[in-house]
Amino acid sequence: MQGTYLGLLFLIVIAAIVCGAMVTLSWLLGPKKKTPYKEAPYECGVTPVGDARERFPIKFYLVAILFILFDIEVVFLWSWMTAFKKADTNFMVFSFFELLGYMATWVVGYVYALHVGAIDWDETTSLAPEKLGKKHNADEQKENVA
Amino acid sequence: MFDFSPPLIDWMTIAPLIAVALTGLIALMVEVMMPKRTNGGIIGVSLVGLAVAGGLLINNLSMPNSETFSGMALRDHFGTLLQLLLVVTCGLSILFSEGYLREKRIPFGEFYPLLLWSTMGAMIMCMTRNLLMLFLGVEVLSISLYVLAGMSRSEERSEESAMKYFLLGAFASAFLLFGISFVYGATGTLQLASISEAWTSGGISSQALLLFGFGLIMVGLSFKSGFVPFHQWTPDVYQGAPTNVTAFMAVGSKVAAIAAVWRVFEGFQIMSDYWIPIMSWVAILTMSVGNLIALLQKDVKRILGYSSIAHAGYILVAILAHYKNPQAVGFNTVFYYLLSYALMTLGSFAVISLTAHSGREGTMLSDLNGMWKRAPFAAASLIVFMASLVGIPPTSGFVGKFLIFSDALQAGLTPLAMVLAVNSIISVYYYVGIAHATVVAEEKRPGKSGRPTFGLNSTCLLCTVGVFGAAIFYSPLMNFLQGR
Repeated sequence: MQGTYLGLLFLIVIAAIVCGAMVTLSWLLGPKKKTPYKEAPYECGVTPVGDARERFPIKFYLVAILFILFDIEVVFLWSWMTAFKKADTNFMVFSFFELLGYMATWVVGYVYALHVGAIDWDETTSLAPEKLGKKHNADEQKENVA
Repeated sequence: MFDFSPPLIDWMTIAPLIAVALTGLIALMVEVMMPKRTNGGIIGVSLVGLAVAGGLLINNLSMPNSETFSGMALRDHFGTLLQLLLVVTCGLSILFSEGYLREKRIPFGEFYPLLLWSTMGAMIMCMTRNLLMLFLGVEVLSISLYVLAGMSRSEERSEESAMKYFLLGAFASAFLLFGISFVYGATGTLQLASISEAWTSGGISSQALLLFGFGLIMVGLSFKSGFVPFHQWTPDVYQGAPTNVTAFMAVGSKVAAIAAVWRVFEGFQIMSDYWIPIMSWVAILTMSVGNLIALLQKDVKRILGYSSIAHAGYILVAILAHYKNPQAVGFNTVFYYLLSYALMTLGSFAVISLTAHSGREGTMLSDLNGMWKRAPFAAASLIVFMASLVGIPPTSGFVGKFLIFSDALQAGLTPLAMVLAVNSIISVYYYVGIAHATVVAEEKRPGKSGRPTFGLNSTCLLCTVGVFGAAIFYSPLMNFLQGR
């Protein structure tokens, strides 16, 4: 019984040693250039003092939303798999095709998210001018000239 | 190991729903494949998909009533007819949207899938007697609409409207869910059909739970249908959202919410002695507040927002008349009025969307000036819609109001009928104001107004034909509604 947890104990010890070594060695060996910015308290990479109404890139929000969506998907798949392993053939066949339909909608969503660059940090999406059609583009140019 | 027998599913019941959902997915894929083309392909796919869904629904009309998915999905005459109305509404909104979206410089291809999925949520609300499915339908309907309301991203008004709609919608959903949980506590199931049994067999404590739960559910649904005192979001959201979204919101969301109210009343019919007096007051308030505040408005979209509140009140009278005297009064009046309301409101918003030009949009009454010259057909149809909203014969608005009036008298709701009549007279003022603004010749900003596209003209034509047709072919339509 105790033997089963021995590996876990080793893992904890090794993790402590490796992490401690990394932090200590980089503190001992690394160059030390002090700047006011480095001396400031750490606040997730953001300047800790300043206007509270700072604007964040909307991408943070998009990534979080997508993460939650796919996280929920995994939760459903997990519970299905748990039941699937011990089920009879009827359930396996029926639920497999149900899950195929379910997953298809996810794949469409995933392809769409990739396509609009929702998780592409450098891309900004805006309306393609072609969407407006020929007539409106001509209108726009005329107005710009005038 | 457990024994599992695949459930028998009547796929035809939910086939229209699947058709609409799949159409949305396909439309989204078209957008992904061809991001640099105009939205023509997406519109084509959407309209074909809606036509398929409509065909399936017409096919369902002749089939017997049934329940499937363990009572979660329901096929009956009432639900199928309302779903058909929703599909038509979605199609008409799509028809006139593209021209407007281009004038507003926001022709995102995602608009069409979102509108389709919103329609799907509305359809779910019409086809269920299960409270959880009802809630799911409300959410699917609303979440798409929150996004659509904020679609004009550079416009502060649009963002404000999306934010308001989202916050109040979340509030309403919370009320609804809270009410559902109380009902579940009293009955042990989520089926509306089990409530009457729980009411008669349960003691005073479960009756109290049911009453409280009913109250909370009605608060949630009143938000969605725009009943006073839960109407405040309506004009702000209608004004700020892009006009084509407002059109769908005013019609699709209202039809679905009224269907849900109908189903919930049906489930709670055994307690009608308690709620009919309260809901009668709500109806009186809804009609009067909607019409009186509309008198003071100068913005056309706000006027129509308040007018939609007033019309929700009229429909509530028709619903109450049915539940006061179910033998004498059927659902025909409610359906007829919803049909007529859908046609005239959608048509009006379609015409008003013409005020958008080169990314700008003015929706004050004065912005309609000169429309008679620029777009004679659209202006003429707007006048027809206004006449129908007032209730002038031979339009469907007149027939609908007359039906509600006679139903209310027949069911013994004379005070409600009187309030309805007085309110119809009050409403003449602001509807005539809109009609007058279109025929005033002087334009505020000459040349700064969109030209009607083919899609917009066809929407106007279809709505006008519908408004007259529903009135002239009244008896064939009624026979059709009764399934004869």
